Amino acid sequence: MRDSRWHGRLALGLLLAPALLWLGALIVLPHVDLAVLSFRERTGPRVYTPSLAQYKTFFAEPLYWHVFVRTAIMSVIATFLTLLLAFPIAWIIAKLARGRAGSLLFIICLIPFWVSETVRTLGWMILLRESGVLPALLVKLGLTAVPVELLYRDATILVGLVYTSLLFMVVPLVSSLESLDNSLIEAAYDLGAGGFSILRTIVIPHAAPGITAGCIVVFMLTLGNYLTPTLLGGKNSQWFTEQIYTQFITRFNWEQGAAFGFLLLGLSTALVMLGLRASGQRFGDVMRRT
Amino acid sequence: MKHILMASFVLALSMGAGMVQADNQKLRIISWADYVPADLIAAFKKETGIDVELTLSNNEEMISKLRATGGAGYDLAQPSQDRILAAQREFGIYKPIDTIKLKLEQFQPEFLSIVRKNTTLDGKLYGLPYLWGTDGLVVNSKRTKIADYPDLCRPDLKGKTAVRLRRPTLMAFAFAAGKDPFALYGDTKAYGALMDQVGAALIACKANFKFFYDNKDQLLNGIRSGEVVAAMMWDTGGWTLNRSDPDIQFVVPRSGALGWLDTFALPARGRNDAAAYAWINFTMRPENAARVIKSVGSFSAAMNTAPLIDPRLKAQFAAAFPNNDLKGIHWYPAIPPGLEEMEGRVLDRVKAAN
Repeated sequence: MRDSRWHGRLALGLLLAPALLWLGALIVLPHVDLAVLSFRERTGPRVYTPSLAQYKTFFAEPLYWHVFVRTAIMSVIATFLTLLLAFPIAWIIAKLARGRAGSLLFIICLIPFWVSETVRTLGWMILLRESGVLPALLVKLGLTAVPVELLYRDATILVGLVYTSLLFMVVPLVSSLESLDNSLIEAAYDLGAGGFSILRTIVIPHAAPGITAGCIVVFMLTLGNYLTPTLLGGKNSQWFTEQIYTQFITRFNWEQGAAFGFLLLGLSTALVMLGLRASGQRFGDVMRRT
Repeated sequence: MKHILMASFVLALSMGAGMVQADNQKLRIISWADYVPADLIAAFKKETGIDVELTLSNNEEMISKLRATGGAGYDLAQPSQDRILAAQREFGIYKPIDTIKLKLEQFQPEFLSIVRKNTTLDGKLYGLPYLWGTDGLVVNSKRTKIADYPDLCRPDLKGKTAVRLRRPTLMAFAFAAGKDPFALYGDTKAYGALMDQVGAALIACKANFKFFYDNKDQLLNGIRSGEVVAAMMWDTGGWTLNRSDPDIQFVVPRSGALGWLDTFALPARGRNDAAAYAWINFTMRPENAARVIKSVGSFSAAMNTAPLIDPRLKAQFAAAFPNNDLKGIHWYPAIPPGLEEMEGRVLDRVKAAN
């Protein structure tokens, strides 16, 4: 009896070992190292002393927290836009399309992700640059007199971010909408409810865990995205991840970069918690539903 | 899934084994685009049997990568001469060069003396000259005319110019404002004030920049498509463009060109110094140096390459620097520690400005 229990534990431990090893060696350890880095300061060549200077710099230099706040706000906007766009798509896939049409629509959403993010983003650049496809089309249609630069704007960054994260919103939404019993909606119609009140009182509450899960994933991906804001935003991108890259690679200031990294981690955790609190969801529930 | 995992595992193992085996037959170089042409790699392999494995990079990345590994991963690096000392003092990523193993007579003495001055630490030499050139301006002469860096900020060029958001741009605009930043290297306070001033000028100019370019292709693309009509660029980049489109010209700025010199440096934990020395001796032979010049278009620090250089390049050089006059060129001195941090702050501000 005791023997078999011990065996069970051993088996569980062995099964978990790769995951734990992965977590420990590739996630926890580097983070501990970074945390140590972020709490020290260079005082001379190869001389470092413990200090809070890196975090102080962040608050003392307005440009860093401007970029920080900007990144957070843009990410929230991008998440919201993705939700608005993904909801009808998910509804069509889950409820309206029958059989093969549903899977076909799903595959259409999936296909862009067969191509790497870099290539997709460069594709957007070819479309939007001043000498690109879309500005030329606008001139041809007589909408603008000369080609307009569509790159390097906040709106362009948002377009890119929404496009990149659409799938991550559609998937949890579809799975949560599929479990919605159609007869509930029919009953609501029979009782005289309008489309909007059905959406508000039946569909959204039912899909809430899916919505929250999608929003969390999209928000995290957006906040931590580097490529899309940098390429599409160009000289005005001002994304916080870019700031971290700059500190590490071009300024050789690992201490500052590490501090920025932890601030970003704190920010995403705080905003996710806030979102969960506001929507009355529990993290565990949300994760189970996806 | 299982098969893929298994396959990649086996692949990783076999690659690891291969690496150990071929260790002394391989030279790992981290360098700039076009600095190590493929035909030179082939010729080197034929002569010595050593394979060259090339990684393309830039100054900051080279230092960061070597710092991350404590100077391991590469056997030869090619940073700019002014970026060696600070990195060595701070991170210890290079090892001293043993000049006995080299044919120093293959190097032009002027450039040897520059690296001796700027890359010697505690009596040990850390850099050898490889290629040099100048930073200046490139202009589409059919669309506009410019004479100096501040012309990039003229209202009629709004959204049509480009620079790199890196330290050479700060230096260039400082010289253009009539100051000598290199003279202030020792005076941190005055240098900081000058950088703030330059930063303010760049912020005021930001609407004029189409983009801050990070690589050569991005800039070439912008110029060829006509989106960018004037930019800060290095001489040979401008001359290359000129050969395919005569309207595009390299302009030596009125405030003087900035001279850069890229080097050979040995990473501290490189595994194949013998191959690195062999490679240096090999590439600095006049006929091989000429191959490099043809590939990159910049000038070599090797001796006796003049008869082997493309006459067009020579003519372009003569037009830009009449009478071989290199006196107006500002050569970068070694950067004292701490300055780059101040410059970084200024560059960040420019990036974040609206």
